Amino acid sequence: MSSTLIAEQLLNGLQFGLMLFLIAAGLTLVFGILDILNVAHGSLYMAGAYVAAQTMQFTDSLLASVVIAALVTGLVGLVIELVLIRRLVVRDHLAQVLGTFAVVLIANDLVKMIWGPAPMMMNMPASLSGPIRLLPDLLYPAYRLLIIAVGLVCALGLYLFVTRTRAGVLVRAGASNRKMAMLMGIRVPLLFLGVFVLGAVLAAIAGALLGPVTAVQAGMGEQILILVLVCIVIGGIGSMRGAFVGALLVGFVDTAGRAFLPALLKTFLSPAVASSVGPTLAAISIYVLMAGVLVFRPAGLFPARG
Amino acid sequence: MRVFHRLLVAAFMLPALALAQTPIKVGIANDLSGPFAALGAEARDGFNLAIKQLGNKLGGQPAEFLQTDMGGNPDQAKQLVTRYIQRDKIDFFTGPIGSNVALAVGPALFAAKIPYLSNNPGPSQFAGAQCNDYWFGTAYQNDAFHEAAGKVAADRGFKKMVIMAPDYPAGKDALNGFKRGYKTDVNQEVYTKLGQIDYAAELAQLREAKPDAVYIFLPGGMGINFIKQFVSAGLNQSIKLVGPGFSADEDVIQAVGEPMIGMFNTAQWAFDLDNAQNKKFVEAFRKEYKNRNPSVYAAQAYDVIMAIDAAVKATGGKVSDRAAVIAALKKADFSSVRGEFKYGVNNFPIQAYYARVIEKGADGRITNKLVGKVFDAYQDVYVGACKK
Repeated sequence: MSSTLIAEQLLNGLQFGLMLFLIAAGLTLVFGILDILNVAHGSLYMAGAYVAAQTMQFTDSLLASVVIAALVTGLVGLVIELVLIRRLVVRDHLAQVLGTFAVVLIANDLVKMIWGPAPMMMNMPASLSGPIRLLPDLLYPAYRLLIIAVGLVCALGLYLFVTRTRAGVLVRAGASNRKMAMLMGIRVPLLFLGVFVLGAVLAAIAGALLGPVTAVQAGMGEQILILVLVCIVIGGIGSMRGAFVGALLVGFVDTAGRAFLPALLKTFLSPAVASSVGPTLAAISIYVLMAGVLVFRPAGLFPARG
Repeated sequence: MRVFHRLLVAAFMLPALALAQTPIKVGIANDLSGPFAALGAEARDGFNLAIKQLGNKLGGQPAEFLQTDMGGNPDQAKQLVTRYIQRDKIDFFTGPIGSNVALAVGPALFAAKIPYLSNNPGPSQFAGAQCNDYWFGTAYQNDAFHEAAGKVAADRGFKKMVIMAPDYPAGKDALNGFKRGYKTDVNQEVYTKLGQIDYAAELAQLREAKPDAVYIFLPGGMGINFIKQFVSAGLNQSIKLVGPGFSADEDVIQAVGEPMIGMFNTAQWAFDLDNAQNKKFVEAFRKEYKNRNPSVYAAQAYDVIMAIDAAVKATGGKVSDRAAVIAALKKADFSSVRGEFKYGVNNFPIQAYYARVIEKGADGRITNKLVGKVFDAYQDVYVGACKK
């Protein structure tokens, strides 16, 4: 196994982790502050991807696609918060899951009504569609480098927002003790709305960025939501730092499992056994990781609530 | 002799006409939502075109086509089929896209003696030990596309092959089918997660392995994800893509576009296949559906309705005589859009398979182009296990 292969796989893990983080950040914020498990978060990601694909077909500009997807999905998030989430906040978790799951079903059918059941095409900008030579024999797709860059910028932006701004203080206060924050006079409805819209915008950015490399289709949100839930459970629900670490861990472990585990098994198992056990083990690696973390840190790596 | 035949048919038709005309009922379980929604929509368009052309009749008799969505869900499909059998008393059944649904609903239909003409899946179980007189694998047997693709890869001189499929039963069948057609050993076999989104790790392995071609059986969104990422990694410059027809049909092409160009794939049908019935079908389909090219799913669905029509005609509309109906169906005496074919003992077609390659046509449309015949008369390997 060459060092360039390892380097490439590390980049792959980083890229996958950052993309999961963009979605996880919104989900963990909403859960931490509104105390709602928003199952429809994946639908916001899907909405972002569809709006971006549609914009791409009109304008042929990735920047425009990402910006418009973020704006439109933010607006959708605003409406969902005002119409539904606001009413669900006071109900129990079962009602919340049922209510947001209804949004998932409606969103999937709505998307089919507007764009049809067939997956939608989102072209990659021509300038980014090829690979870039990073090292003499390490080629890496330019578009994935862009995803890494945007992911890092978003992560840094969120970090500065949470630690350096007044709104960030409110978010942290809300996440660590909601009742106390309310008693201290924070305008909770406005905070909830802001957090929910921010989550929607982040999910939309992830959806728009991933549109050119994944299938833009109804139901794409649920596929990724499960992975994202694993990230925030590992990181500690409600914690932004936890979501970041959790997402990167999942990204690296998942990539490494798929890339190196089958080869590793072949060194001490027969090829037939290794080729049947390898993929299965790789597939469950992140869940093993989650279970392991939960055994030693039941509240996740960085529990938001003390 | 022919005159005698016609007289005989006419004689049979008289009592049927006298029977106050209860319509012939076809139960169609559609896949309009769920995992196969895009393919199910194609199939529905194929059904509807045939129904329209026949003027809502089968063999000249009034007919009723019941269409209900079951979302690719075997449990929901089972309930629907029970309703079709007990309440609606259907005479024919078709519709599901997935093999899992076909396997789930088959036994109830066979027990009720209702012919099931498959417009898509051809599970190996029904081809072998569980074969049944009331099952017609009208489209293909599941392994056929993969075996044909293996032969294409061998014929094209791809010496170093990596083959890839999701880690689930159909994925394993697919890769075994490919290896049977390819004959020599493949370089590497990769199983991925079902529903995988990111293929970066596998692509890095491909770059390291440097094969001549990679065979992918990644249905639906997985294939779209893979091909897009394969191209953005620049691997399409040195590695050829090969796949079964369903990984490279209109639905996938519409979603991926340019990066698909150059992909080899195999099917029993192609929209530019040269026969009169197919030309008629493609032209009518384009006219009906906004100049869209039909996919293999639409062609198969269209064929099923035409096959039922021919069988009803041959029995003079007496569909209650099930023995006569299945004998008529078994003759496959209708003009199929794939050309002539016949059924083997297990009611799976013995037919030709073709290699297609995705190209940009003269009109700028990206679509499949027929490049050659892979098998003249392929029969599945399971037929030996069918004892009846």
